[in-house]
Amino acid sequence: MTDERIVAVTMPKWGLSMQLGKITSWIVAEGDDVSVGDELADIETDKIAGTLEAAGAGPLRRIIARVGEDVPVSGTIALIAPADVSDDDLDAVVQEARAVIDAGLPDEAAGGPAVETADIGGRKICYVGAGQDGDVVLLVHGYGGDRNSWLFLQEPLAARHRVYALDLPGHGTSVKDVGDGSVDTLADAVLGVLDAIGAGRAHLVGHSLGGTVAVAATARDPRRISSLTLIAPVGFGPAVNSGFLRGFASAQTRRELRPLIGQLFADESLVTRQLIDDLLAYKRLDGVGEALHALLGTLLDGDSQRADSAAAVAVIGGAVPVTVVWGSADRIIPPAQAESVAGAVCYLLDGAGHMPHMERPAEVQAAIEEAIARAE
Amino acid sequence: MARTITYREAINEALAQEMERDESVIVMGEDNAGGAGSPGEEDAWGGVLGVTKGLYHKFPGRVLDTPISESAFIGAAIGAATAGMRPVAELMFVDFMGVCFDQIYNQAAKFRYMFGGKAVTPVVIRTMYGAGLRAAAQHSQCLYPLFTHIPGLKVVVPSTPYDAKGLLTHAIRDNDPVMFFEHKALYDMAGPVPEEGYAVPFGEANVVREGGDVTIVTLGRMVHTSLEAAEQLAAAGVQCEVVDLRTTSPLDEDTVLESVEGTGRVVVVDEAHPRCSVATDISALVAKKAFGALRAPIEMVTAPHTPVPFSSTLEDLYMPDAQRIVNAVKTIAEWTR
Repeated sequence: MTDERIVAVTMPKWGLSMQLGKITSWIVAEGDDVSVGDELADIETDKIAGTLEAAGAGPLRRIIARVGEDVPVSGTIALIAPADVSDDDLDAVVQEARAVIDAGLPDEAAGGPAVETADIGGRKICYVGAGQDGDVVLLVHGYGGDRNSWLFLQEPLAARHRVYALDLPGHGTSVKDVGDGSVDTLADAVLGVLDAIGAGRAHLVGHSLGGTVAVAATARDPRRISSLTLIAPVGFGPAVNSGFLRGFASAQTRRELRPLIGQLFADESLVTRQLIDDLLAYKRLDGVGEALHALLGTLLDGDSQRADSAAAVAVIGGAVPVTVVWGSADRIIPPAQAESVAGAVCYLLDGAGHMPHMERPAEVQAAIEEAIARAE
Repeated sequence: MARTITYREAINEALAQEMERDESVIVMGEDNAGGAGSPGEEDAWGGVLGVTKGLYHKFPGRVLDTPISESAFIGAAIGAATAGMRPVAELMFVDFMGVCFDQIYNQAAKFRYMFGGKAVTPVVIRTMYGAGLRAAAQHSQCLYPLFTHIPGLKVVVPSTPYDAKGLLTHAIRDNDPVMFFEHKALYDMAGPVPEEGYAVPFGEANVVREGGDVTIVTLGRMVHTSLEAAEQLAAAGVQCEVVDLRTTSPLDEDTVLESVEGTGRVVVVDEAHPRCSVATDISALVAKKAFGALRAPIEMVTAPHTPVPFSSTLEDLYMPDAQRIVNAVKTIAEWTR
C-alpha cells in the first residue's frame, strides 16, 4: 500500500493529441521545498514547449524522469513527500514509475478523439468534444488558429464540463470558404455547432478574433449563453498590431513566419519548429490565403480595428456574466482595452503575451472555471 | 492531418485534384492507362508501379497511353505545354532520359529564355530513380544532378508523402518545366497528408530535425537514412540537424547556411554518384559562403563512382547507410585542428 502522503508529479496532457512529453530541463532539484504553483520543469511536446507547475506542496524527494526522455502522459516524473516518508516507500513508487516510462507508448495508442463535422448553412464545420458530464463549454479560437489552440485547456476543463472546440470557417479542417468573411458569418458557425451538439445553453470562450465572434453569437441569442469569457479579444479599441496581421496573412515561408509567431508570445522560446510547421501546412492549403485576406478586411480598417464589440457587450452585460483575460505583455492587442469591456470581471496576467491560454493555461482555466461558477 | 496515405497515393491524389481543378492538366506516358491498345478496364496498369491507377476512368480522354518512344512523347508533352496544356508526363525510369535529352534541356529549358519571356512551358516530367531494388545498372540511377545543372529546369526530389503531394501540386501549377523525382523504395511509405489540395513552395528546404552539433544536408530517400543515423547519434550524445533540400533547383541556400553557421560542421548525404553532384554542390556552397563558421572539414556520404551493381551483396555496399553517416558525423564531431 503506497503511503498516501506521497504526491506524484505526473506528465501533463497538453492537448487532446498529446501522448508523450519530454523534460527539457528540471527547474527544481531533489531536496527542494516546492509550493503549489512553483515551476518544476520545462517540458516539450511535439506541438509546443511549456512549464509544468507544482500542484502539490512539500519537499521534492525524487526526480524520476531524466532530461531528454520521452514520458507517456500521466506517467510519474517526480515525487513530493514529507521528510518522514521512508526511502524504501519512495523507491517502491520510483520503481513502478520507471517501468511505465521505460515501457513507452503502447503500440495501439490512439491519435486523439474523433473529429466531428456539421453542415452549417452549406459550410462544413469541424469540431472536437471532450468530457462526459456538466455544462457545455465551446472554445472559439482566434485568427489563423484552430481547435488545437486549446491544447492546454480542453482536456483539463473536460474533467467537469463537456468541452467543445471548433474550427471557424477558413481555419483548421473546416471549409476554407469564409463567404463575406464577416463576424456574423463566423458567429453562424458557433451557433451552428451548438445546434449540432444539441446544446440548449452553453458557456462561450473566445480568443482574439474568436472573442468578437463569441460576443456576436451571444448578442444573437443571449438566453442561450450562460457565460462569456473573452481572452485578449478583438473589438474593444482601435489599436492593434496591424503589421502582425498583414504579415501573418502573407507569410509563405518559415523564415517569414517564425518572427511573426514569436510576437504572439511573451516568451518566444515557447515557439517550436512543429508549431511553425503546422502553421505553414495550414497556410499552404488551397483557399486559406484567400480566407485570411478576406478576414483581414473584417479585422482591419486601415491600421485600426474595424470590429466593435463594446456596444454589444454593454447590451448583453446585464443578462450574461462577462469575464476578460488579458496578458500584460500582449504585443498584438493592447491589454488596456480590457477597460472597455463594460461590467466584466477582469484578469490581467502579468507577463503573458497574446496567447495566455497557451502561455499560462492554469490561470486561464481558473478564470474560466470561476466564470462558469458565477453563472450558476 | 490525421489521415495517413502512402507516397504513391499522395502522388495519385495530387494528380487527381489538379485534373479536377484545371482541365488543361493531362497525364501521359507508357502504360499510364491500361497499356497501349487497351480500353483501360479494371486491370489498367496505372503506370509501371500503379501510381496513376484509377485516373483513366475518372478523367476520360485525359490519361493517355503513349508508344515506347520517350523522345516522341516527352517532345509531345513539351509541345502541348507551349500550346496551353499542363501535361504531366511519366518517363518510367530516369535512366531512360538519355533518349529525349534534346527535348528537355535544349527545348523545354530554353523556351522562356530564348523567346524573351513570351513563352511558358508548364510541363511536369515525373520519373522514378534510385537503387536498392535489385534492378541493376540501367534502372537504378539517381540522375537529378544532370538536370540540376541545366538553367531553366526546376528539379524536385520529395522525401515524404506530404511533400510528394504538395510539391507535385506546385509543379503542376508552376509555369516552368519541372523534373519530378520519385524514389521507388518510398512508394509504400505512409505518412500524414491533408485531404485538401495544397502546394509546397519550391526553394524552401525543410529542417526535419533540429540539433546543434552537426548539420546533415540531404534529400529524397536519404532523408530517412539520415534521420535513422541522427537517432543513433543522439543516443551517443551528438545532436544532428537534418536539412531536407526538397528541391535542388531552385536551391534554398539560406537554410543550409543558417544551419551550418549554427553547427560549424556539415555532412552532405546523397544517393547519387559523388562527382558533380548535389553533395559537391552543397559542399562548395558551404566552403564559399560559410567558411568562417566551419570548425571541421566538410564530409560527404554518397554512392561510389561506379554503376549500380546487380549483385545484391555489392548493391548493399553501394548504398549509403546509417552506419556510414554515423561514422562521418563522428569523424567531424570529434575533429580538432
